Amino acid sequence: MALTGIEIYKFLPKTNCKECGFPTCLAFAMKLAAKGVELSLCPYVSDEAKQALEAASRPPIRLVTVGAGDRKIEVGNEVVMFRHEKTFYRPPGFVIKVKDTDSADEIAKLVGEVTGYSVERVGMELKLDGFAIENASDNGENFVKCVELVKSKTDLPLVLMSSDPAVMDLALEKVASAKPLIYAATKENCDQMVELAKKHQCPLVVSEPAGLSELAELVARVNDAGVEDVVLDPGAREFGHSLTALTQIRRLAIKKSFQPLGFPVITFPGEGSASVEEEAVLAGQHVAKYAGIIVLDRFTPGVSYPLLTLRLNIYTDPQKPIQMTPGIYEVGTPKPESPLCVTTNFSLTYFSIAGELESSGFPSWLLVCDTEGLSVLTSWSAGKFDAEKIAKTVKEFNAADRVSHSSLILPGGVAILRGELEEELPDWKVMVGPREAVDVGGFLKQHWAG
Amino acid sequence: MLAVEVPTEKWTGKVHEVTLGGSNGRKGVTVGGATTLPFLHFEGAMPNRPVVAIEIQDKKPDDWPPHLISAWGDVTADPGAWAKKAVEYGADIIALRLRSAHPEEADTGADEARKSTDKVLSAVDIPVIILGPGVAEKDNEVLIAASDVAKGQRIALGNCEEKNHRTIAASCIADGHVAIGHTPLEINLAKQLNVLLCDVGLSTDSIIMDPDTGALGYGIEYCYSVMERLRLAALGGDKMAAMPMISPAGAESWRQKESKVTEGVPPSWGDHVERALSWEGITAVILLNAGADIVVLRHPDTVTLVKATIDKLMAT
Repeated sequence: MALTGIEIYKFLPKTNCKECGFPTCLAFAMKLAAKGVELSLCPYVSDEAKQALEAASRPPIRLVTVGAGDRKIEVGNEVVMFRHEKTFYRPPGFVIKVKDTDSADEIAKLVGEVTGYSVERVGMELKLDGFAIENASDNGENFVKCVELVKSKTDLPLVLMSSDPAVMDLALEKVASAKPLIYAATKENCDQMVELAKKHQCPLVVSEPAGLSELAELVARVNDAGVEDVVLDPGAREFGHSLTALTQIRRLAIKKSFQPLGFPVITFPGEGSASVEEEAVLAGQHVAKYAGIIVLDRFTPGVSYPLLTLRLNIYTDPQKPIQMTPGIYEVGTPKPESPLCVTTNFSLTYFSIAGELESSGFPSWLLVCDTEGLSVLTSWSAGKFDAEKIAKTVKEFNAADRVSHSSLILPGGVAILRGELEEELPDWKVMVGPREAVDVGGFLKQHWAG
Repeated sequence: MLAVEVPTEKWTGKVHEVTLGGSNGRKGVTVGGATTLPFLHFEGAMPNRPVVAIEIQDKKPDDWPPHLISAWGDVTADPGAWAKKAVEYGADIIALRLRSAHPEEADTGADEARKSTDKVLSAVDIPVIILGPGVAEKDNEVLIAASDVAKGQRIALGNCEEKNHRTIAASCIADGHVAIGHTPLEINLAKQLNVLLCDVGLSTDSIIMDPDTGALGYGIEYCYSVMERLRLAALGGDKMAAMPMISPAGAESWRQKESKVTEGVPPSWGDHVERALSWEGITAVILLNAGADIVVLRHPDTVTLVKATIDKLMAT
């Protein structure tokens, strides 16, 4: 757990020697608490203090990297239980399960589809993150062949799933440089799996369904043996059990700085569900409630799209709302005679008005102004949404070329801008729309002839 | 052995319990009463499971996508028949939306509202929620009529907003109903409306709050955090944040492009039916995890899925 400046100060020499570059030890302590400087700047700090401060500055949940290269999955380093307390930092990786009992053709096709899968939302390309290859055949040769096949078709990170250390070793010989996640060290095979993780320098899942005490015990053993990059599998699969286990692990890590459980967690929603729909909602729950890596049994775009959207939403920093890129957006399939509405680039404002236009039955043009992510009234009162800005945006994106009319619909909340805007845009007729997005359908029905 | 002691929160607050129905021949459903965050049975009690209401409308919806309409078949033409079918599909509560009363629709008035409400009340013996068209003045007119018809049946009336809270609260008090207070995505506004409702004499066992829902992809993160914060405040002892919460997850999901549009979308959006059902299901389950006590859904398959999910989350 992070220490406050005062707590850190207690560990410092309190001599105010200034050699660290700060006028007093307290000032240095404050800067340390804000993580703005390194403790090594103080030449007189005792070893004992160093140890205590290092332990305290260790992140409560270790950052673990799976895979190598641009698309590697980095999870951990979370600091809160609830996103509103700060934010959730590292979105969980979605990996799709491949079984070595499937035919080579099926596997090649699936791996190609998943690797190429991409869906666009608010100007971002959302993608899936990797594959978990399961030794379902219990045959080592099949497993190694399957791992090689998957690796030849993708650069995405891999999770290798076999309980047999000898088989795991063979597979790792082929793909260790890609830093796959080893699944898993259990009570039975722990020592051998630890050796493999060390030999191949790969992260290791520690799996123990008997309970959190037993899991912590096993993790401590793995850590003592020299493997630090650990991912936890508490064995809980179903809705209730996984919610309880993941919540308890997160609490122990964040509130108690309990190191043996201070690692990301891997979940298997497919194993806790009776259908693909159930797998989707359980995976959704895992996104919100504390998973680091989510293994999906089935790939289907109709489920991937909502799950990727959910991950984007939940991992949005509450202090930095998603902003829309300014420009002219099409809602439905608008024609030159369709209405042209003006709004701000705060994503929630955009989605409210776009959603209402969508259901209004009026395909429309939506002109999004750069208001630095503020809503209509907030940006207006902050001077970021005024007649000049709107006029500039209308010209910048050549709104006049899109429509055959010259009417511009202004949000009702900023009706006051109408006169000024008509002066700025003498060729346009400015209409004042409703104050609330929900009323735009009614407004268009009444006032939009064209 | 490394003994792990799981930290538990010592909550002092409790979510108010609210019962719908439960008298004059109508089955009762009680929500609220939790002394823990959703489904964390290891540190507190959830005496009442969250429930699923099915939304029906007083006339056949003309803007629902074909596979949502066809899931219901002919019954959409008659609210009584629709309500019965919804009971078959597992509804804990029927939520009747008086859509025709909307000024942009048929703009029907009190008489129609009485008729539709009466039809539903006579058709089923489970609790009923009556939702107005969402225009404050019009809600006032039709909800008061519905309240009168349903006197003694302990239904819930929504939306009650700051603008019309006095009349709706008065009606709830007179006829023994529950008010659903709706506020736009802001914790203090939600609490403020609860205070106003209590000030005019409604008791805490007669208020449900709708702190606003954004569907998946359309602001769900705001509504998730608002609900989570309200629930944390309730458990922390704030009685004006401790009303059970309702979320129209179905209506919000089904009005989005992802659920409505079948053609001309990118192939990465996948199968339309699968996508639309996941959209509604994920929206509902995420909000149940944030603290929703009632989710109002539209598709029968989502109802089955969400009810099974609640069963599993309630299992200890």
